[in-house]
Amino acid sequence: MDYYENYLKKFEGKTFFILGDEAVAYGALFARCNFFGGYPITPASEVAELIARLLPNVNGYYVQFEDEIASIGAVIGAAWAGGKAMTATSGPGFSLMQENIGYAVMTETPCVIVDVQRSGPSTGQATKPAQGDVMQARWGTHGDHEIIALAPSSVQECFDLMIDCFNLSEIYRTPVILLTDGEIGHLREKMVMPKLKDVKIVKRPKAKDNKSVFGGQLIPPMMEFGRGGFIHVTGSTHKTSGMRDVESQEVHEELITRIYKKIETNREKIVRIEKKHMKNAKVAVVSYGASARPSLGAVERARRNKKKVGFFRFITIWPFARKQITELGKQVDTILVPEMNLGQISREIERFVDCEVISVPKIGGIVHSIDEIYAKIKEVV
Amino acid sequence: MIEIDEELCKGCGICTDFCPMKVLETSDKINKKGYYPPKAVKEDECLGCRLCELLCPEFAIFIINE
Amino acid sequence: MKYLREEIFPTKFCSGCGCGTVLNCYAHAIDELGLNPENIVSVTGIGCSSWIPSPYLKCDTLHTTHGRPLAFATGVKIMKPDMDVVVIAGDGDIAGIGGNHLIHSARRNLDISVFLVNNYIYGMTGGQVSPTTPMGHPTTTTPYKNIEHPMKIAELVAAAGASYVARWTTYNVFPLMESMQNAFKKKGFSFIEILSPCPVAHGRKIGMREGQDYLNMFKEKAIKIEKVKNLSEKELEDRIVIGKFVDRERTEFTESLRKLNQERIGK
Repeated sequence: MDYYENYLKKFEGKTFFILGDEAVAYGALFARCNFFGGYPITPASEVAELIARLLPNVNGYYVQFEDEIASIGAVIGAAWAGGKAMTATSGPGFSLMQENIGYAVMTETPCVIVDVQRSGPSTGQATKPAQGDVMQARWGTHGDHEIIALAPSSVQECFDLMIDCFNLSEIYRTPVILLTDGEIGHLREKMVMPKLKDVKIVKRPKAKDNKSVFGGQLIPPMMEFGRGGFIHVTGSTHKTSGMRDVESQEVHEELITRIYKKIETNREKIVRIEKKHMKNAKVAVVSYGASARPSLGAVERARRNKKKVGFFRFITIWPFARKQITELGKQVDTILVPEMNLGQISREIERFVDCEVISVPKIGGIVHSIDEIYAKIKEVV
Repeated sequence: MIEIDEELCKGCGICTDFCPMKVLETSDKINKKGYYPPKAVKEDECLGCRLCELLCPEFAIFIINE
Repeated sequence: MKYLREEIFPTKFCSGCGCGTVLNCYAHAIDELGLNPENIVSVTGIGCSSWIPSPYLKCDTLHTTHGRPLAFATGVKIMKPDMDVVVIAGDGDIAGIGGNHLIHSARRNLDISVFLVNNYIYGMTGGQVSPTTPMGHPTTTTPYKNIEHPMKIAELVAAAGASYVARWTTYNVFPLMESMQNAFKKKGFSFIEILSPCPVAHGRKIGMREGQDYLNMFKEKAIKIEKVKNLSEKELEDRIVIGKFVDRERTEFTESLRKLNQERIGK
């Protein structure tokens, strides 16, 4: 019996007025998540609280662990045992998870990590939102790797992108990060649950034998435990059979390059952006997540005042929308980048454009106001 | 019967030292890795207790009880 | 032996190391129980003892990050409750860096078997002091002597709530093998602390350069738990208490999880 079908029937097609964090939990359920390992942390606890209530109804498992390190560890273990697994945390917990996120990258384990960003470094302002983990999501774990991170900017998107996160993790056999923030997580607004038949779920490709679970093709299919494959999963450098090889330069280069390339070469398939009011624009406001909302508001006010300003939003943060940003840089003279940090994405944009890039930072747990961004627009137009 | 896989042996000497009947002794033959494996010198006195088989860190000794 | 990945033998363990003996007892225990290796997952961390099943034992193996095998094993066991999940790791791994996971896995009474190979030292990194290094022993990072008290791991796990706890040495191969079989059969968290020689990284600093030196020490210092009742802490200071510490029935975690789900789905 499909417990999910049975249980989710009562939600499908309905309109809810809920928190972003809650939409994340519902999204996970619609994506057929069946394992959640977590640890309480503001402002991500609501994800755990709701999913702890939901999962038993679909025969899934919720476990609260002793810390975030154990949470992500169990998530990876569950994935190798055939589970669709996730965890949710915020800055400090995300920092603790970094080593095992690297393990998931190295062992090519599909799983989803939700980071509801809060003000940092360290404990910072625990209840206040921020977007300071953009670079931690990219480079937090040691060593060369590519990562996928998506950033929602509405409650509806928390739900929709959660399903995309699970699907991307299965397609590319990699950990995927939902990089949301405390503002969106604690924002309550309208969202509509889709019809079950309209939700696309990517099934995990299964390997026929144990010879090439870790190579042989760009994205090798997986083999779960208990299938007689005697598979060997290790975070050490390994051959295509999974056997450790910590001496050979060639084996390491082949493995790490392949893991890097499976995302790098599929960049255009993964990257998603939103553009509005770009016609004849000479200034673009580029943003993402919570700060994209006042950004759009400011752009629309500028348009009403006949200013040639456009809006560009990253839905996919990583891999970076290089091509789209380069094209944007050719169209406009100035790019304004409002974000709730001291310029993490702004600096990344600078690498790909020749036009002027102006960072519009805001820290301290408050989202930019439309006035603030509009004032910046007026300065440059 | 005592079966010794000489090439697996790392010459730690645990089997020869702890055999209750002193059945095993270090041989003067050297294996490929440069270790001196044991040899059975008093096989008829072997009790078949399998202490050497279980103590061996290298799976180099097996006792086959008839 | 059919339970080993024979093509990669001999092992990479140093001569006289106890890891091979533990692997030997483990393989024999599986053999005597007649277990299907396809139904076993060995989960390990980082360190010499983590190499015991990874890669030498022919079963599914998950070689994880330092200190975290119990966390990974929890995820595996929850999703695959019918598989035998076995964690093999060292003192530095699951009593040192991963000590908290040990306490909490025992508290949950997760149905897995844990074989902790205690060799008194961080061996793979070259002999630094570990949480179990005896007081007074010099190591590479306690060049004068270790001034800290060693940890009593078996006692700790017993207090944390495990169903089955024992301590043996690699000299006691027969009781160890039997104990491993009991651990497999026992429902709940089964824990065996195995004292094991490290003549290379630990022994060389204290004049114990051969595996035999350790086995003789184990033979001499070991005292059965049944005999320690009337002995004071002082009298036991330099002894190794071996035997079965705990064997009890306690609600098991994955079973409780399943029951909870049945209650919800039944509605």
